[in-house]
Amino acid sequence: MTTLSEDRATAAAGRRPARLRPARRGSADRPRRSVLLTVLTGLVLLYSVVPLVWLLINATKTQDDLFDSFGLWFADFSLWNNVRDTLTYDDGVFVRWLLNTLLYVVVGAGGATFLAVLGGYALARFSFPGKRAVFAVVIGAVAVPGTALAVPTFLMFSQMGLTNTPWAVIIPSLISPFGLYLMWNSAAEAIPEEMLEAARMDGAGEFRTFFQVSLPLLAPGMVTVLLFTMVATWNNYFLPLIMLRDPDWYPLTLGLNAWNSQASTAGGEAIFNLVITGSLLTILPLIVAFLFLQRYWQSGLAAGSVKA
Amino acid sequence: MAVFALVFLAPIVYSIYLSLFRDQLVGGNAFVGLENYQEALSDAQFWSSFARVALFLVVQVPVMLFLAMLVALAIDSARLYGSSFFRIAIFMPYAVPAVVATLMWGFMYGTRFGLVGNIDDALGVDLPDPLSPSLVLASIGNIVTWEFVGYNMLIFYAALRVIPRELYEAAEIDGAGQIRIITAIKLPAIRGAMVIATIFSIIGSFQLFNEPSILQSLAPNAITTDFTPNLYAYNLSFAGQQFNYSATIAIIMGLITMVVAYVVQLRGMRVGAQA
Repeated sequence: MTTLSEDRATAAAGRRPARLRPARRGSADRPRRSVLLTVLTGLVLLYSVVPLVWLLINATKTQDDLFDSFGLWFADFSLWNNVRDTLTYDDGVFVRWLLNTLLYVVVGAGGATFLAVLGGYALARFSFPGKRAVFAVVIGAVAVPGTALAVPTFLMFSQMGLTNTPWAVIIPSLISPFGLYLMWNSAAEAIPEEMLEAARMDGAGEFRTFFQVSLPLLAPGMVTVLLFTMVATWNNYFLPLIMLRDPDWYPLTLGLNAWNSQASTAGGEAIFNLVITGSLLTILPLIVAFLFLQRYWQSGLAAGSVKA
Repeated sequence: MAVFALVFLAPIVYSIYLSLFRDQLVGGNAFVGLENYQEALSDAQFWSSFARVALFLVVQVPVMLFLAMLVALAIDSARLYGSSFFRIAIFMPYAVPAVVATLMWGFMYGTRFGLVGNIDDALGVDLPDPLSPSLVLASIGNIVTWEFVGYNMLIFYAALRVIPRELYEAAEIDGAGQIRIITAIKLPAIRGAMVIATIFSIIGSFQLFNEPSILQSLAPNAITTDFTPNLYAYNLSFAGQQFNYSATIAIIMGLITMVVAYVVQLRGMRVGAQA
């Protein structure tokens, strides 16, 4: 635990990236690398990566080649055609879905992170009657699966006339019990009491302390929460599925599924090549985000799970 | 906190309220007490879907967690070439939406232009169709495993990193082999992470919805409207308009999930205390 929180502290101060592998390199005995073990783990790696490679390869194929050529090798290269067709099919509805998804992600995940930071900080810093009860509720809420709430939420929202509007998707995404829990933890650990004392001595008010002292220390945890709520919102399927009827408000996930099922409806045009290319375009931004923000989510996830 | 209440507490209260009523042809919306619960508990469709996710749970979760554990131990052992590459690549599927993962695997399963079809053609064999009714549950298990192995692996790995390295050195001086170090030091040390991962996986299994729902358009015969409890509840309220009964099913599943998760946690903690 000590190495971890030290790591996070240093990362917060911006001196050294918080990688999860300190200490090992310098330790006295450096184990020999094993080819056998590498190969065995490589099998799992293949399992993880081959489907993605399949997706990438098949995004370059025309619909005919999809049926005719071998799945794990290239046929005629028509990726750019596919991308163009995906973006322009049905008056560019894919772009519309992409913008919807961005809206849900920015407002939903952004809002969720904001609330988690505020709530987590408040819960960690201030004591008030009933704090233990709040803690129990938050932990309980982490365990309540989103899908179990979705149907009741739908029924309630339809009473309130909120269904089929973007709000129906955004409002439930605003709450992330896991994010709240994670921020609570990191606020309790990453901010030394003495620093807050010092800030108060220097005459900083509660707000000034929060923004100038605490917030920078919370940055790594914040990025983690943001990343995970982003993934959750970007990948959300069930909630929009029940909340939205109008394809104009669909996020990408629903849109892709609609394109796919189009083939099995009577008179529907099969557009499997567009489904595959669309899938590729859908996952690219997240993969890029994960690759670039590695050091954050790895240390953040560690902090959350270890503590629990 | 107001948003929290609106999104979390209100739906729970509202669905409990719903579950106590019933829309009747005669007399409209009437209070029926626990009748909906009685009906659900003697509903063969509900129990068959429940049995299906229970089977899924006892097979898929151990396989996935075991695999995740092996990879985490391998990466942590520092005996791999390029271990950080392994870590990231195996985690990547987590970033893939369930919709895309399911479509992708669904296509690959396909005998027409999927990999299964390719293998059939290339080797002249006739592999069983992964989307047939008897195999579709295993196929879904494979998709879910693929999505979450990396995630669980990272949780285990993070817990392994926290173990002080001196312990290993001390154990080696005492003459312990690698296997002994794993069973005596590493596994007990990450018990907490294992309990967490198990609980999350149990919740995920009981609430299985996305994968079967999406596969339905690729395998309409294999996946019935009551394939999993969640799918059943969804179809009850959206195709059947039976909102009250659907809310009842959702509550029962929620309760079962909570109880099982709680029992796992208690057991995990108690064993931990003894060790």
